[in-house]
Amino acid sequence: MFKFFEPNKIFLITSRAFKYVLFLFIVVLSIGLTEALILSPEDYKQSHAVRIMYVHVPAAWISLGIFSALTFLSVMGFIFKNKNLFLISKSLAPSGFVFNIIALVTGAIWGKPTWGTWWAWDARITSMLILALFYVMYLVAWRIYEDQEKVFKITSLITILGIINVPIIKFSVDWWNTLHQSASINILSKTSIHVSMLFPLLIMTAAFTLFSLLIFLMKYNTELIKLKRKGLDRL
Amino acid sequence: MYGRKVKLRFFFVVLILTTLILSVFLILKSLEENVVYFQSPTEIKELTDIGKKKIRVGGMVKNNSVSINSKEISFVITDFKNEINVIYSGVVPNLFSEGKGVVAEGYLNDRNFFTASKILAKHDENYMPPEVKAALEEK
Repeated sequence: MFKFFEPNKIFLITSRAFKYVLFLFIVVLSIGLTEALILSPEDYKQSHAVRIMYVHVPAAWISLGIFSALTFLSVMGFIFKNKNLFLISKSLAPSGFVFNIIALVTGAIWGKPTWGTWWAWDARITSMLILALFYVMYLVAWRIYEDQEKVFKITSLITILGIINVPIIKFSVDWWNTLHQSASINILSKTSIHVSMLFPLLIMTAAFTLFSLLIFLMKYNTELIKLKRKGLDRL
Repeated sequence: MYGRKVKLRFFFVVLILTTLILSVFLILKSLEENVVYFQSPTEIKELTDIGKKKIRVGGMVKNNSVSINSKEISFVITDFKNEINVIYSGVVPNLFSEGKGVVAEGYLNDRNFFTASKILAKHDENYMPPEVKAALEEK
């Protein structure tokens, strides 16, 4: 199965995919921004402040999603001794971290006019901050250790430690009293967000996903080029 | 199918994960008091002693309970089982209104009276345009 991932073959795809993804990203982002900033209605309670949500929520989702992906890839890479999976997860990490920071900052900007405070040490916000720290640890680990075997083990360990935090972030609003509101979009029960607001939210999520993919492709191509330079045609 | 080493490494990861989940669960369980951001009026009623510590009380602002005079604003926080009276002097956030969520930070005078030093509005998970809200209220 892993034979498919020979750098030469995969580089052919990833280097060409870039411009298509860029095009798609620009299209989806412009639709999303028009929807979110102009066409969608204001909220009955918080009026235009609701528009921050269209950045805040997708950013938070994607930072959680990318961290889960990092963990899955690192653990698989560790179990099956597959170097490529580590390179994929290394290339994914920066956009996850950036979206995590975006979620924290937009949350603070939204919190000031609605809650009346920039920051609260409530379970949701604190656990999100912890996730950001895990991202930092992960990224720093790649820079510190020269030896690949070592860096693979350490980053796997960091992701395994950090993944415990992900369900805590998700369910913190249900388990404890928090200042942060609970989830509006539920699979099992009724969604408490009006469809005119749900639509831009999903478009923006798609746009942010494409952006992560874009950054991933750039980073991953660099990794593949580095491999080529070293004269390695196998991962 | 897979080599012995692969199985060992898999087992190793599962072991680490299980240990972590259990220990984090235990830690959070024992820290529950500090993890919650606020207490409900019912939990305040059940307190054995009213400490001098700063605490937060959260719930709904009871309908028709807000009264404002020149010095202070007073209202009732309810969780639909128990209530607590709050006195506060200062600026309330924009979203503070009757029938909406609120978190008050401050000190308990006794089990029924609370002096707040800070008021936060708690937003709920409902998002809708004003027209939809109006239509809902008509029903």
